[in-house]
Amino acid sequence: MWETIVKSTPEIVGAGIKYSIPLALISFVIAMVIAVATALARTTEPKGSGVAKSCFKVLRWIISFYIWLFRSTPLLVQLFIVFFGLPSVGIQLDAFTAGIITFSLNTGAYCSESVRGAIISIPKSQWEAAYAIGMSYPQVLFRIIFPQAMRVAIPPLSNSFIGLVKDTSLASSITILEMFTVSQQIAAKNYEPMLMYCMVAVYYAVFCSILSIGQYYLEKYTSRYIVNGG
Amino acid sequence: MLKLEHVDKAYADHHALNDINLDFKEHETTVLLGPSGAGKSTLLRSLNLLEEPEKGIYKIGDHTIDFSKDISNKEKLQIRQLTGMVFQSWNLFPHLTILQNITEGPIHVLKQDKIAAQKDAMHLLELVGLVETKDRFPNQLSGGQQQRISICRALAMKPEYMLFDEPTSALDPEIEAQVLRVLLKLAKEKQSMIVVTHNLEFARRVADKIVFLENGQIEFEGTKDEFFNHPTERIQAFLTGMKL
Ligand SMILES: Nc1ncnc2c1ncn2[C@@H]1O[C@H](COP(=O)(O)OP(=O)(O)O)[C@@H](O)[C@H]1O
Ligand SMILES: [Mg+2]
Repeated sequence: MWETIVKSTPEIVGAGIKYSIPLALISFVIAMVIAVATALARTTEPKGSGVAKSCFKVLRWIISFYIWLFRSTPLLVQLFIVFFGLPSVGIQLDAFTAGIITFSLNTGAYCSESVRGAIISIPKSQWEAAYAIGMSYPQVLFRIIFPQAMRVAIPPLSNSFIGLVKDTSLASSITILEMFTVSQQIAAKNYEPMLMYCMVAVYYAVFCSILSIGQYYLEKYTSRYIVNGG
Repeated sequence: MLKLEHVDKAYADHHALNDINLDFKEHETTVLLGPSGAGKSTLLRSLNLLEEPEKGIYKIGDHTIDFSKDISNKEKLQIRQLTGMVFQSWNLFPHLTILQNITEGPIHVLKQDKIAAQKDAMHLLELVGLVETKDRFPNQLSGGQQQRISICRALAMKPEYMLFDEPTSALDPEIEAQVLRVLLKLAKEKQSMIVVTHNLEFARRVADKIVFLENGQIEFEGTKDEFFNHPTERIQAFLTGMKL
């Protein structure tokens, strides 16, 4: 048994480093950009002329539709539509790109809600106190609101990230040679499915545990100002 | 010089300010009195542009604003720097230390040198007697201490006018004195101030001028002697209500 484990580890971990981790990392970064942008669009009151306001309204409607769409359909189905479905309307994507696009949009939809919740959990008086000392909108956002909202957003965002890491195993269904695909291939050759799938499960667990530890320290750091007494 | 001409502000269902004409002289303390809902906060917040009235002219420093027109972002930020706001519930930034709360504006808005800003902040902490709290976070301080820090935060911007919106209403009476002492000091130093308060004793002691607001209108504008010793019927009713 040990021999099998030692022999297959480089292949499985290699697939993780080459595909699973990049898939998760790149998708999460893009998802965060989507999440913050859409959350801001949904929490900011537009000012100015009627035309600008109407455009904003349409934009918000599109965002709400996007979030609804990706949260109410299965991720596996989304992957199939992007990779196997889009070519029939002339959009041909390689598997990795299709994976990144789908994972980013899917995770972005969930994270958008987390970020929005975190932003609206910061009292309006914090915005006012920051505006009152002459800060601009970006300054208020980056110096006053985000640092406080982070504390609220980190637990749900960590959940999404860890979920994403595990969900990258679904990429096996669109021909990406990530960890789970590779373990399937090895199992087909050495007839040890139990061992192979348990092994790959352990590797996923290791990745996710590292993230959980990171979450613990991030939470500690972003809560450093919540101190008792004094 | 700070001046309002024919200023009107309505919320969806309520006329909060009705044709306000006021002059606030420099180096004077104006005390704004009036029953709850009179429009005192709305007036103060309009000076800081946290609210934007629909009509009227607002002059401060070299700026003249017509509220019926769009105000550019740049001008808005400049005017906010000229008016230092102290809120009833202080609203310190909880994720920043006391020192950072005070230097945040000078460093990031006024682009002052960090060391110089910290030095100024330490002087302000001395003024309010809270030097030893500089490295703590706001929630380690009592309400009265936090309010004194929020005064420092506003003063650090070197505003022309300090605006206080019921700065002691959320505090216990014995703690109120610590905050009022700071206001008295500022008044003595001839800092231009506009103070909304329910503390009549404070008004009696420091007001160079009293403005009495009711239903969004100015009912009285004058000296404290006139206000307290020769009150109109409505003021009399207000004063009687306050003493109960
Ligand atoms: N954001 C708001 N939306 C609607 N009405 C408001 C708002 N703020 C204040 N008002 C109303 O405007 C009037 C004046 O309020 P305010 O300026 O807070 O009075 P004061 O500070 O003198 O108690 C009150 O009737 C109040 O209910
Ligand atoms: Mg008020």
